Amino acid sequence: MTRYVVQRLGQMVPVVIGTTFLIYALVWSLPGDPFAAKCGDRPCPPTYVARMTAEYNLDDPLPLAYLQYMGNLFTGDFGQTFAGVPIADELLQRYPITLKLTVLAILVELVIGVAAGVLAGIRRGGFLDNLVLVSTLVVVSIPVFVLGMLAQVTFGVRLGWFPVTSDGTLYSLVLPAIVLGSLSLAFVARLVRANLVENLRTDYVRTAVAKGLTRQRVIGVHTLRNSLIPVVTFVGADFGGLLGGAVVVEGIFNIPGVGNMIFRGINAHEGATVTAAVTVLVLVFLFVNLLVDLLYAVLDPRIRHV
Amino acid sequence: MSRRRGTHVAAVPRSLAGDAWRDLRRSPLFLTSAAIILVLIAMAAVPSLFTDVDPRACDLAHSREAPSGSAWFGYDLQGCDMYSRTIYGARASILVGVLTTLVIAVVGSVVGMVAGFHGGRLDALLSRLTDLFFAVPMLLGAVMVLATFPSAVGTPAWQTIGKVVLALGILGWTTVARLMRSTVIQVKQSDYVQAARGLGAGAGRILLRHVLPNAMAPVVVYSTIILGVFVVLEATLSFLGIGLQAPVISWGTAISEARSYIRQSPHMLLFPGAFLSVTVLAFIMLGDAVRDAFDPRLR
Repeated sequence: MTRYVVQRLGQMVPVVIGTTFLIYALVWSLPGDPFAAKCGDRPCPPTYVARMTAEYNLDDPLPLAYLQYMGNLFTGDFGQTFAGVPIADELLQRYPITLKLTVLAILVELVIGVAAGVLAGIRRGGFLDNLVLVSTLVVVSIPVFVLGMLAQVTFGVRLGWFPVTSDGTLYSLVLPAIVLGSLSLAFVARLVRANLVENLRTDYVRTAVAKGLTRQRVIGVHTLRNSLIPVVTFVGADFGGLLGGAVVVEGIFNIPGVGNMIFRGINAHEGATVTAAVTVLVLVFLFVNLLVDLLYAVLDPRIRHV
Repeated sequence: MSRRRGTHVAAVPRSLAGDAWRDLRRSPLFLTSAAIILVLIAMAAVPSLFTDVDPRACDLAHSREAPSGSAWFGYDLQGCDMYSRTIYGARASILVGVLTTLVIAVVGSVVGMVAGFHGGRLDALLSRLTDLFFAVPMLLGAVMVLATFPSAVGTPAWQTIGKVVLALGILGWTTVARLMRSTVIQVKQSDYVQAARGLGAGAGRILLRHVLPNAMAPVVVYSTIILGVFVVLEATLSFLGIGLQAPVISWGTAISEARSYIRQSPHMLLFPGAFLSVTVLAFIMLGDAVRDAFDPRLR
């Protein structure tokens, strides 16, 4: 196990370096003026250009400039907003809210998705199966921003069950989390269903049934546990999608998280703020995927020994 | 057609594509989604078939007027006819979806084929490169690219659309490359490739004539499924305000405009939202049907 952890940590290093380099190169050294869009609709004031040029070392050759940028990232310096506030301070205030939102969304995804998948999978081709397949198809085809606005008006404004905008408390995050989680709920349901159907045909399930175990135990313990392993991988990979969706959902519900910072940054044409916040989200995504891989090794003993 | 289905043809072996096509023609899922998509393509190609109202002829006096007999979908903020604008909006969505899918299919296939066929150090290099691009979530990456190179209101339509296609394409090709690489590695060990090599065929000929046709299926399936995703992503980017912008007419921007008036004028959200959802649904259904047809394990 320790060897596996060390190995995975070792693989992370080049990915983090490569990804941040990719982002840096995309933002600062593609052909064209990097300041064309970083100050709203007017051209950037020369002082701002000078400040950013110094801060991002834009006069140095790309590899050197990137190294200095990496050094800044590691010491917690993510640059400044257009107004001159350190981005790191803002991020520090905002990330717990985004974290709460995404964790809630993953819970929604798992609880409803797994339940729907199991209901569909134990009676393949039955009424419930078709109902789940059709309803997941419908949910997945409504884009998250349409769903968010509909939910806000229906459950927030008309019915008054949830706050219309969010102040970051847990309860006010429930409706946004349901909207965000519905994004991939359908995929979880389908994944569980497909794996359950497949696993129900295996020899160990036949053995369990032959031993005289109850149906609940065969499905709940023997089959479901093995069917959930791919779901863990999916949730890890999907976390990136959730962070992207968080930009939209936090924008709609006005949740003061990192996504909202990006949403506002886009509207104010503050390219530098947007890219700094996105970089942080990408790093979080990489880190979460590392955790998921480690969790995977705990769940499935076969992985550890490869 | 019915004569060819006769008994004497039954023994003729069919290719995978032929087999899949035979399955598809009988699948209600495929027929429904294909019909919807054909209508949408007609809408994108010749919008004047569906409406004779100019989507850019707007009258502020009609601003946010509810649907009525003269304007079925009502009017938007600027007093433009929503029905006409919704019809004309299909073009941008379909165009972005199709172009992005083409870009990622071509780029991903080339990278995957070269990596899988060449092997060795080049493969290792290309695979690590693929990992890097794969690690950046698509929406976040596209937001970043477009925030760096935004379109202003006056930017010509083709440029605005091109930017969105590139922003999505830069990060979207990785899965195709991985799929292509693994199938090419399988295919290149097969006897017919060895035979072609033994007969003195060059790498280019082997790749194009022997490997590619037999490694296409997974890429085709993935491309059909991902097309719908690109349509959603484009609309999301336009909603955020960095995707498509005026003068391009698109569902995403229409929905974005509806945000502030959703209580008073729900029709501004409803119609573009419904068209967008139906389009995505159609592509997802098509993707499901194509996957079922191409994946013999599910039969």
